[in-house]
Amino acid sequence: MNDQDARQAVGAAIGKVAPDVEPEDLEGGARLRQDLELDSLDFLRLVQVIAETTGVDIPEADYPAVATVDGLVTYVAGHG
Amino acid sequence: MTTGVEGSTRWPAITKDVAAFPVQPNLLDYGAARRDFSWDQARQELAGLPGGRGLNIAYEAVDRHVAEGHGGKEALRFVKADGGTRSLSYVDLAGQTSRFAAVLKNLGVGRGERVFSLLGRSPELYVAVLGTFRNGSVFCPLFSAFGPEPVRQRLHLGAGRVLVTTKALYRKKVAPVRDSLPELRYVLLVDAGGNPEPGTLDLAELLAQAPQQGHAPPGHDIADTQPEDMALLHFTSGTTGAPKGAIHVHDAVAAHYATGRFALDLHPDDVYWCTADPGWVTGTSYGIIAPLVHGVTAIVDEEELDADRWYRILAQQHVTVWYTAPTALRMLMKAGAERAAGHDLSALRFIASVGEPLNPEAVVWGQDVLGLPVHDNWWQTETGGIMIANYPAMDIRPGSMGRPLPGIEAALVARDADGKPVVKDGQAVLVTEPDAMGELALRPGWPSMFRGYLNEEERYRRCFAGGWYLTGDLAKRDGDGYFWFVGRGDDVIKSSGHLIGPFEVESCLMEHPAVAEAGVIGVPDPVAGEVVKAFVELKPGHQPTEDLQLEIIGFARKRLGAAVAPRLLDFTSTLPKTRSGKILRRLLKSRELGLPEGDTSTLESPAGPAVALQDRP
Repeated sequence: MNDQDARQAVGAAIGKVAPDVEPEDLEGGARLRQDLELDSLDFLRLVQVIAETTGVDIPEADYPAVATVDGLVTYVAGHG
Repeated sequence: MTTGVEGSTRWPAITKDVAAFPVQPNLLDYGAARRDFSWDQARQELAGLPGGRGLNIAYEAVDRHVAEGHGGKEALRFVKADGGTRSLSYVDLAGQTSRFAAVLKNLGVGRGERVFSLLGRSPELYVAVLGTFRNGSVFCPLFSAFGPEPVRQRLHLGAGRVLVTTKALYRKKVAPVRDSLPELRYVLLVDAGGNPEPGTLDLAELLAQAPQQGHAPPGHDIADTQPEDMALLHFTSGTTGAPKGAIHVHDAVAAHYATGRFALDLHPDDVYWCTADPGWVTGTSYGIIAPLVHGVTAIVDEEELDADRWYRILAQQHVTVWYTAPTALRMLMKAGAERAAGHDLSALRFIASVGEPLNPEAVVWGQDVLGLPVHDNWWQTETGGIMIANYPAMDIRPGSMGRPLPGIEAALVARDADGKPVVKDGQAVLVTEPDAMGELALRPGWPSMFRGYLNEEERYRRCFAGGWYLTGDLAKRDGDGYFWFVGRGDDVIKSSGHLIGPFEVESCLMEHPAVAEAGVIGVPDPVAGEVVKAFVELKPGHQPTEDLQLEIIGFARKRLGAAVAPRLLDFTSTLPKTRSGKILRRLLKSRELGLPEGDTSTLESPAGPAVALQDRP
């Protein structure tokens, strides 16, 4: 998957799990937990939505790599 | 309720070989401990303020250890995001909390006035809590994941005079509602960096100006509070109305000490980790007060739950006693047993859990994966401390919350068809036969019992009947005195161990322009126990689309925060109501879970809900 598609998929997934997040807050460096205020249940659901919409499974061991918007986009692009 | 754990025979009891324990438990013989215990005697374990001036939690937690020659001992060890640590010794804490108290005094903040916090788990939070006690003021912690509305409501109800927070949290959650909080005189920013926001003060600058404690004897500057003086205010949610501020007094420290000794088995050399956030009562009673009063070293993780990180902390910090929550344990279970492998957890000798009933699988998982079973215990905001527990030296019946603490008398009160307690001749009728259900009740009089709901005498009074405090939880007791949680006796939702009032969520939803009416319930969730689900009736002219569904959830999350807002939302055309117009949440729940609907004779619109959208697309 190219970067642009991955970014779109990530934006859509976050919009589904945390519809309070404004599009302009989706800066690349934004941390999902601290800046976008996703809690741990939100995060688990985000992983699930990403898997459903992109087919990319994120194992627990890779969670540190997807802690930011950019990290998640890169991960989805690299694995999708 | 489905998180309830029933059937005491399905899981074999976990027996203990106490002689093989590396450390002898504080409570060896349950019966003897109960027989020999009295609260008056427990109070004798406290130091009291020097010169018999009174009782103050800050002295018991901090200065007492300095006075007894243990000032250099590590009190709090903070694990930073990068895994590095920073520590505060007891003497450091004495100095810093003394300066914080001086700041309050200089600002004219007096005895009994409320100091709130909206902070992550940073050193500043811990200093603020204890510094507030020192000044004789009252501390009220807020959960930093709350949205602006719960923050505003609690500051307003608690008449907050001071708020300690960060620049980012202030901007996001307080600045927009500041105008509606005239009582809030001072906002102290911990990270102002010499450049505070308009209407706020730079805490670091105020601390730098405050006098040093110097060579005065420990505790000389602590306010001479008395045991019944208010120390803490903890907000909790009920079925109806606004959140209630449960009042706790300095005398509570006697219970924090005694319960830390029996239910958490704290010994002076322990490295103890309570994973709860001090925004909730567990994180204050057992994340700050109990461990410090015991003079142990308490670990504080500044970050959020992450399986690998948590195993690393347990191993690298040599945690000996760990107090965590079912939701956290279930997330670790989900992450897989292999994640624990390779971490040396040999220092760990006791694990306890609180927040909601711990399922037997999690108790046994602890034994299989961590090498120790998990000890569930039970208490709530109003009780201030652990009331019913599984102890190190007592066999565990997986799924049971255990037996009452020494000094605590627990019973089951019979309920009538309307769910009201049965009282005859002024005495509550108790359910005494084994395995029969009743409302869990406690005999009033333990030190950490709440002394009231702030400004709500009537609501406080209604918590008591026939000589008992009624907890709102339904439970059973087996023939050997082990208690088993059955469910909530009201509509309050318990998600990730936190109580959520459905009314609070419904009120917020109804502020959305498309929403005519809303009913909110808890639905079972494998990780959180329950999650909040909303059923919404739309105003004419609005279509039940997925976009609108997300818009309403987003609207609620913005105001309430992720912890309180609904995670699921269905549209319906007919919320079940009584003839008087009250939403029947219980019926909503029965329908959702496919349970029998019971007596529907008082129902106004018995037709089932027309669900237009799937809740999880």
